[in-house]
This record gives sequence, structure tokens and C-alpha cells, in this order.
Amino acid sequence: MMLPQAIAQRSRALIIAVPWFWLALFFVLPFLFVLKISLSEPALAQPPFLDVIREIEDGLVTIKVNFGTYILLLEDSLYVSALIGSTKVAAISTFFCLLVGYPMAYAISVAPKHFRLPLLMLVMLPFWTSFLIRVYAWIGILKGNGFLNQFLLWLGVIDQPLEIMHTVNAVYIGVVYSYLPFLILPLYATLVRLDPILLEAAADLGCRPWKQFLTITLPQSMPGVMAGSMLVFIPVMGEFVIPDLLGGPDTLMIGKMLWMEFFNNKDWPMAASLAAVLLVVLIVPFVVMRHFEQKAAEELQ
Amino acid sequence: MKQRRTALYTFLFFGFAFLYGPILSLVIFSFNESRLVSVWAGFSTKWYGELMHNDALLDAAWLSVKIASMNATLAVILGTLAALALVRLKDAKGRKSLAVMVTAPLVMPEIIIGLSLLLLFVAMEDLLGWPEGRGQLTILIAHVTFSMAYVTVIAQSRLAHMDQSLEEAAMDLGARPLKVFFAITLPIISPALVAGWLLAFTLSLDDLVIASFVSGPGSTTLPMVVYSSVRLGVSPQINALATIVIGLVSAAVLIAGFVIYRQEKQLSKKS
Repeated sequence: MMLPQAIAQRSRALIIAVPWFWLALFFVLPFLFVLKISLSEPALAQPPFLDVIREIEDGLVTIKVNFGTYILLLEDSLYVSALIGSTKVAAISTFFCLLVGYPMAYAISVAPKHFRLPLLMLVMLPFWTSFLIRVYAWIGILKGNGFLNQFLLWLGVIDQPLEIMHTVNAVYIGVVYSYLPFLILPLYATLVRLDPILLEAAADLGCRPWKQFLTITLPQSMPGVMAGSMLVFIPVMGEFVIPDLLGGPDTLMIGKMLWMEFFNNKDWPMAASLAAVLLVVLIVPFVVMRHFEQKAAEELQ
Repeated sequence: MKQRRTALYTFLFFGFAFLYGPILSLVIFSFNESRLVSVWAGFSTKWYGELMHNDALLDAAWLSVKIASMNATLAVILGTLAALALVRLKDAKGRKSLAVMVTAPLVMPEIIIGLSLLLLFVAMEDLLGWPEGRGQLTILIAHVTFSMAYVTVIAQSRLAHMDQSLEEAAMDLGARPLKVFFAITLPIISPALVAGWLLAFTLSLDDLVIASFVSGPGSTTLPMVVYSSVRLGVSPQINALATIVIGLVSAAVLIAGFVIYRQEKQLSKKS
């Protein structure tokens, strides 16, 4: 017979152990295999690489590390420009997301209280419907004889259809559209909790609304801005579906590159090296995100 | 002040037009007679009929629904445990590392999760003989890993904001911790768990990239079928499928929203 206290202690340990081991096994451990395969040699085999640690004869084991894929990665300008391309697309579309998302989050936060939850639900609803289908919807809009061109031709604004589909501009539109809810939610959460007393005091002292916004609201909402921006920037860095469906030859992105190396070229070591490089690059924005999330949480308390 | 509000609300209106315009265009053109998605040629429901006879797509849809519901159930269990650990066990060993491990899948590019899990599965099969080949099970494991993170976030905020006095009262009256959890904590956080279940379900139903890496022959999910069809160009059948998905999701979200709203109202009446 166990004492109740011992049972309580055991169940406490179990509560943390189960999710901890699941994530350690299926989320953290796989990265070690990415690293290992990235250092192996590509080969015509099943699976298509020569293992770093392999048995040549009975009991005789060699360890052969191959940095070839990393060297190729640095030397071939294609990979470097894919990394630069991804960073550019992620940065520019995060900026446009802020440009559209900030006023929307702000408008919801100043709306009458009983409207806020329904408005937030309206922001979230598209996020719940299929991502793939929402990207697909833009094909019909942006293509040569799509709705946008038909509409603009009818208006007489243009007399030649615009070429947006299969360019980097289509990728920007698709990313801003798909990731907007990720930015609006954390922004709204910080904006709605701002203390109105400061604004009232500023207004009493004759501060103009625009100046109030720039000197009080905007600086105070910075943790939300930063956390939300990273929530967009990081996944977009590795985005595959949007550049694949909407982008064209001018949109080199690392996620699409990795996909092609893996599925088309069957080069697992190269795909693993690209994943390893992308992971290392993403550590900085991830740390920034955690920092500002914690800051936002502290300010709430 | 008033002018500024009007400007903001106008912006909000255009924001919503941007969010809903493309979805609306999908729905409208699913009822189009013509194969061309951008030219209106009269009302018709024939694409829905064709969809009902597309066996490859229906099989994939059934597999996706099966995986999604198992995934949602497992993700809710693991996510609730993780949220309990993060909110209630402030000084437990491993809490900090759990916090990092649970945030990372939220932003980790899917392509990295997919590739790394595939490499793990291949290595595990080589070393342990498990999992045998890839298919439903490996997709399920992969989906649980990233969707439990979303459930954790939702359950965590509910747990952090709930009133603990009821639990304390039950403990004082001699209820065992497990009894307290099932009789008091669980019912209180249940709206968050319902929301988490639905979110995990749709995340799994929607995933293309991760499933493409970890699936095997014979386990083609719905997004994989949709993707290969979309790559060939726009097709009204996909519009019809999209309309059905949008209809189901909107209904589920509206019902869930209504249930949570009513529950909150009752709770605030009581207190």
C-alpha cells in the first residue's frame, strides 16, 4: 500500500514525463539524424546514402564523415541564393503582414467590447479552413485570365493583363494572406491590455492622436509586434507550398529546394544539409521570439 | 477621435474583404457550369456529382479523417499533460526544456519536421525493426508531435486563468488529487480542450508537407491528392471539395463558439 503522498509525487512525475519523452523522441532526436545523414555520402541504394558508421567486415566498423554536401552548398551559388531568397521573401512579407495586420488588430482592440470576440473569430475562421485550398484560391485570382485581370481590364485601369502569377509578387500576396491571422492574434492580445490612462493623460495635456499613437501605443505594443513578426518570419523561411504553387522561376526558396533535392533528385544528404543550415539560421529569430513572448507575458502579470 | 475610428473600421472592412474574397470566389465557382474556373457559364452542381464518384479522392479523404480524429484525441491527452506540467508544476525537473520543446513545433518549418521524422523512422526501422514501413502510423505520430503543441497553448491559457479555489476546497474536503482533476479541473478546462481537439483535427486534415515525407505507398492523404490535382491547374472539382470543407469547418467553429459563449455566460451568471 502506497502512501497518498507517494502516489501524488509519482503522478506529478508522470504528468511531465509523458509529453517530455514524446517530444524528446519525436521532435529533438530526429535533428540528430538530420545532422548524421547530412554528413553521409549520397549513393544509389535504399535508402540512398552510405551511413557514416558502417560495418565493412564482421565486427569491423569504420566511421567516415563526408563534408562534401556542405562544401557543395557553399560553392554552388544556387543554394546561397535560395537562402538569401527565402530571407528576403520572409522579411518583406512579414513587413507587409504588419502593415495590414497592425491596423486590423488595433481596430479590433478599440471596437466595442461585445464585438471583439466575434471579430477575432472572423480573423481566425480562414485559418481553420484548409491552407492548401486558400493558396489554390489565389491561382484563380492572379493568373493571366483570372479575376483580378478581368476586373482591372473591365475598369480600364490596364489594357494588358498583369503578369503576377508565377512571380515573386504572387508569393508575397499568398504569404501575407495565409499568415495574417498569426500576426493579428498576438498583436491584439498586447493592444487590448494597454492601459488607457496613459492615453487619456496625454490627450488631457494636448497631445495629438497621431503623436499619442507614435509615442505611447506603438512602443508599448512592441513585444507583441516582435513576437508576432517572428511567428510569421520563421515558418515562411521554410515555406514550400506557396512558392511551389504561386511562385515561378524567379522565386528561389530554400524550402522548395529541399523538397526538390529530396523528392526529385533523391539526394538525402543534400536535403539533410539544407535542413541543418536552415535550422541554424532560424535559431536567432527563435530566441528573439521567446524573449519577446516572455516579456509580453511578464507585462501582463 | 471619431474620424480616426471611422478610418480604422474602414480599414478593418477591407482587411476582412481581403481575407474572405478569395474564399468566396472558390465557393461561387464551384457551382459554375463551365470547366474554366474564371468564366461564369451558368449554375450547376455537376462538379459535386463528379466529386462523389472520384474514388481515389474519397479513399484519401476517409484515411485523412481517420488519422485526424486519432491525432486529435492523442494530441489533446498529451497537450493537456504538458499544459498541466507547465502551469501547475512550477519547480518540476525538465519543465524549462519542456517549455522550449513545446513552443518550437509551432514555428518550425513543416519541411524540417517532415524530413527529420522520416530520417528518424528510417533509422529506427533499421535498428529496432519498428515502425515497419511507413504509412498511417508514421503519419499519426508526426501529426501528434506538432499538433500537441497547439493544444498545449490553448489548454495552458485556460489553466492559468481558472479559479483554483474550487480545487482547493475539494482537497480540503479530502478528495484525492486524481479525483479532483476529473471532477473539477477537467470540466472547467473542457471548452479549451474541445477547441484544441478541433484545431488538432483540422491541422492534421490540412497537412501536406509532413505527410508527404512520412507516408508510404498506399497511404495517400487528402491534401496529397488535392496537391497533385492542383499542380495540373485549377479544377472545379477542387472548388467543390473546398466548398464542402469550408462549410463543415465554419459550422463546427460556429457551434463551438456558441457553446463556449453560452457556457461563459452561465458561469458569469453563477458567480
